[in-house]
Amino acid sequence: MQSRLDERFTAAREEGRSLLVGYLPAGYPTVDGGIAAMRAMVAAGVDVVEVGLPYSDPTMDGPVIQDAADAALRGGVTTADVLRTVEAVAATGAPTLVMTYWNPIDRYGPARFAADLAAAGGAGAITPDLPPEEAAPWLAASAEHGLDPVFLVAPSSSDARIRLVAGISRGFVYAASLMGVTGTRASVGTHAADLVARVRATTELPVAVGLGVSTGAQAAEVAGFADGVIVGSALVKVLVDAQRSGVGDAAALDGIGRLAAELAEGVRAPVPASA
Amino acid sequence: MSATPSAEAGAVRAQAENWQAFPDPAGHFGRFGGRFVPEALMAALDELTEAYDQARADEGFIAELDGLLATYAGRPTPLTDAHRLTEHVGGARILLKREDLAHTGSHKINNVLGQCLLTKRMGKTRVIAETGAGQHGVATATASALLGLDCVVYMGEEDTRRQALNVARMRLLGAEVVPVASGSRTLKDAINEAMRDWVATVEHTHYCIGSVMGPHPFPMMVRDFQRIIGVEARAQVLDRTGRLPDAVVACVGGGSNAMGIFHPFIPDTGVALIGCEAGGDGVATGRHAAAIAGGSSGVLHGMRTFLLQDEFGQTQVSHSISAGLDYPGIGPEHALLHETGRASYRVVDDAAAMAALALVARTEGILVAIESAHAFAGALDVARELGPDATVVVNCSGRGDKDVDTAARWFGLLDDAGAAVDVDPRG
Repeated sequence: MQSRLDERFTAAREEGRSLLVGYLPAGYPTVDGGIAAMRAMVAAGVDVVEVGLPYSDPTMDGPVIQDAADAALRGGVTTADVLRTVEAVAATGAPTLVMTYWNPIDRYGPARFAADLAAAGGAGAITPDLPPEEAAPWLAASAEHGLDPVFLVAPSSSDARIRLVAGISRGFVYAASLMGVTGTRASVGTHAADLVARVRATTELPVAVGLGVSTGAQAAEVAGFADGVIVGSALVKVLVDAQRSGVGDAAALDGIGRLAAELAEGVRAPVPASA
Repeated sequence: MSATPSAEAGAVRAQAENWQAFPDPAGHFGRFGGRFVPEALMAALDELTEAYDQARADEGFIAELDGLLATYAGRPTPLTDAHRLTEHVGGARILLKREDLAHTGSHKINNVLGQCLLTKRMGKTRVIAETGAGQHGVATATASALLGLDCVVYMGEEDTRRQALNVARMRLLGAEVVPVASGSRTLKDAINEAMRDWVATVEHTHYCIGSVMGPHPFPMMVRDFQRIIGVEARAQVLDRTGRLPDAVVACVGGGSNAMGIFHPFIPDTGVALIGCEAGGDGVATGRHAAAIAGGSSGVLHGMRTFLLQDEFGQTQVSHSISAGLDYPGIGPEHALLHETGRASYRVVDDAAAMAALALVARTEGILVAIESAHAFAGALDVARELGPDATVVVNCSGRGDKDVDTAARWFGLLDDAGAAVDVDPRG
């Protein structure tokens, strides 16, 4: 059976474009403020939403997402708030995934989390620090509730590990395009296209590229070789900067809308990959 | 986790006759351990596991490490008969394994010499480390200077203030010290920052983890490098007393000095292995660092273990007067030893540890690290419980020079301006 993500990727392929995947953390600046920002980015052209679950020890995140997660946790955001956010965003029709470190799901109980995520209308979860070797309980729970479990590959992954990761992923494979934490970069990195090609050699699944994409031009470049373009820190930074400068919620949402629209234009104008 | 913890513990206990079987090839100690890290680090962990497997079977590597331990670090460290402490507890013979006499003042040097040699063997030129009290950071800076490696040490901003002298020591040794201002600004956040560095620099950088924690192979490898403590202690006790001790006592934060002294005794089932967790203000207050007494199973820093967390799986901030024990988790092999009952863990709060520190200083002329003072406080109780015929080995894991300021303030020996005050620490 095709999942909502599968349908979206198929449709985008037919349109000759990539999907735009946007990440924002739940609970930042408030739970309702986060929901409003996610809805704004969907309205401006984001196809798939990653709802971040703020975590106390975000070892894979750079300063921007760390700051937002810290603030969300200080504001008292809970796993229940994350699920409420998923429900509100999924209601827009955009496939909505949770992006989370493993321990909050482990603590909640993988089976219970999968059930509640599915009930909220979630499409699946991205679990970057859950390796395939430890994933059996989550795979079982996801399968039972029709969720897509998404796992990551990295430039350092061997072909054998890419096969392993692609073999258990559903929806798409998340290609972390560079060796480093989340954050905006001046360039996307030369590894990205190579990595996508290596993933394609092992699986029919769509491949989405994340880490470092922040502008429409970068989105167009990545759209030239990947099925999906994932943007996180650049969007979060719009909210963080708005909080710091105190410009107000409306201006923050305008900023999210402008950046999402620029990125959406980028994924619709793929730059053919140079050979 | 399909099986219940107790059922699984029973199954694990059944195989426990062969403790060398732990961890399994994927780094599991029963249901604990493993590798919960981003995919980007998997290749480096595989490379490290392979390099370590080759090195530990290589006589050249072993000889080089043994040579450094003997001629540079000062091994073997002595076993000291603590006569006046023995008298104080009513007769139980108390023997001290003197890791405080190792170079840099604690057991940490054993592990860093091994890992820094391995770094060179892997062709890497830079090491990074986390540190709480500064002992592991100082040891890593020392080994890096000796072996010509670039060294960066991450230390919580809060800890750089608590341990300013150790920051200066590391810088004198040529290391770069990076104060970490994220999260709780203590050891766990220093580990987070070191992992962020590592994922971006892994091609030429080795992360020299300082305890029996983190993703596989670290808990196994650090244990193996620290086993020398227990190997020596076991032979020294047999030589000195003609029999095995009744109990071996050590303090536990991440748990490397405890794992090092416990491991060679694990097959000796008549020897009680007792770890002392940091109780801070007391477990009941919630302000403590006792992951076994006050924590639950979860995943942090690449491993499944016991940790302090809230109902949502967010790590809780730990509290201890000892910066070196101020960590919300514990090494996964300790979690297994606890769950199987092969080792037991008790809680020593700040006040009991500081009282022991003062007692040991006055009765034995040894100013121990506040971390080690937790082991002494536990050992005094154990010695009384076991009675006058017992022999108790205490791992004196570090010396207390770094803690003079904290201890002086605790006992009121310094006023707010840092001037000496003439009071009696016995209160």
